[in-house]
Amino acid sequence: MSNTSEHATPKHHMVSLSTYVMVWVALLVLTALTIVTASMHFGAFSIAAAIVIATVKGALVLLYFMNLRYEDRIFLIMLGVALFTLAVSLVLTFVDTLFR
Amino acid sequence: MSAAATATVTQSHYDSQGSRIGMWLFLFTELLLFGGLFLLYAVYRQMYPADFHYAAKHLSAGVGAVNTLILLTSSLTMVLAIGMLQRRKRKASIWFLIATIAMGLLFLVNKYFEWSHKVHAGLFPASEKLVDHTHGENIFYALYYGMTGLHGLHVIAGLIVLGVMIFVVKAPSRQAVGLTQLPESIRSQLGPELLKDAESLEIRYREHPVHDQRRIDRLENAGLYWHLVDVIWIFLFPLFYLIS
Repeated sequence: MSNTSEHATPKHHMVSLSTYVMVWVALLVLTALTIVTASMHFGAFSIAAAIVIATVKGALVLLYFMNLRYEDRIFLIMLGVALFTLAVSLVLTFVDTLFR
Repeated sequence: MSAAATATVTQSHYDSQGSRIGMWLFLFTELLLFGGLFLLYAVYRQMYPADFHYAAKHLSAGVGAVNTLILLTSSLTMVLAIGMLQRRKRKASIWFLIATIAMGLLFLVNKYFEWSHKVHAGLFPASEKLVDHTHGENIFYALYYGMTGLHGLHVIAGLIVLGVMIFVVKAPSRQAVGLTQLPESIRSQLGPELLKDAESLEIRYREHPVHDQRRIDRLENAGLYWHLVDVIWIFLFPLFYLIS
C-alpha cells in the first residue's frame, strides 16, 4: 500500500486571513492613488505612473491572492517566461512601428 | 473487506501541485491572448495619443472605479472562500463563494448600463457619429469594446465556474456507497444471503484525505482564474478610463 496521502497533501501553506484583508486594503489604496495621479495631468509621466501602479497591484494579486509567494519557485520561473515572451513581442513590435 | 476497499481508494495517484501547474499553463495562454490586445493598444495609443485622450473623455472614470472596487473585493471574498475550505468550514466557504458571484454579477450589470449608455450616445464601432470622427477615436472605441467585451466574457465564464464550485464544496465528504455499487471483487467476498438482505443497505466509509485535497485544489484553481480576470481589469481600468 503506497503512501499516496503524504504525496498528495503536502504542507500547503495556509495564509492567515488577515493577510488577505491587508492586501485588499493595499489594493484599494493603490486604486485611489492611480485615480489621483491621473487627475493631476503629468503628461508622459502619468502613463508611466498608471502602469507602475497597475503592475504593483497585479503583483500583489499574483503573489498573495494567487499564492505565488508560497508556491515552488518553478511557478515564478514559468510566469517569468510568459512575461518575457510578452516583453519580447512588445519591444520587437515597437522597433518596427517607431522607425517606419 | 475494509482493507480491500481502502486499497482501491489509495491506489489512485493524485498530484496536487501538478493540477495547479496545469491551471497556470492555461492562465499563460490567457495572458498572451490579452497581452496581444494590450500590444495593439500600446501601438495605436503611441500613434494617436491626442485622439485617445479625446475619446476617453466619454468614458466615466466613476463607473470604472466602482467596477474596480467590486472586482478587487470579489477577489478578497474568493481567497476567503478558499481559506475557509482549508479550515474545513464549508458553510462559510459557500457563503463567500456566493458573495463573489454576487459581485461578479454586479460588475456585469454596471457594464451593461455603461455600454448601453455609450450605444445610446452613438459611440460604438462604425456608428454614424463615429464615422465622422478621427481614425484614432474609432480605433479607441474598437479596442474599448473589444477588450472590455472579451474581459466581460471571461467574467461570465468565471461566474459559471464559481457556480459549479458551490456544488463541489457542498458535495458530502462522506460518500454513501450502496452494495450494488461495490466492485465485483468485494461483492464476491460477501455471501449470497448477506448480499440479498443488504441490497438496499448503504455502507458508509470516510473519504480518503486525497478527496478533500482535491476539492480544495479545484476551488483554488477556480480562484486562480477569477484572480486573473481581476488582474486584467487592473490594467484595463487606468488604460481606458483614466487617460482623458
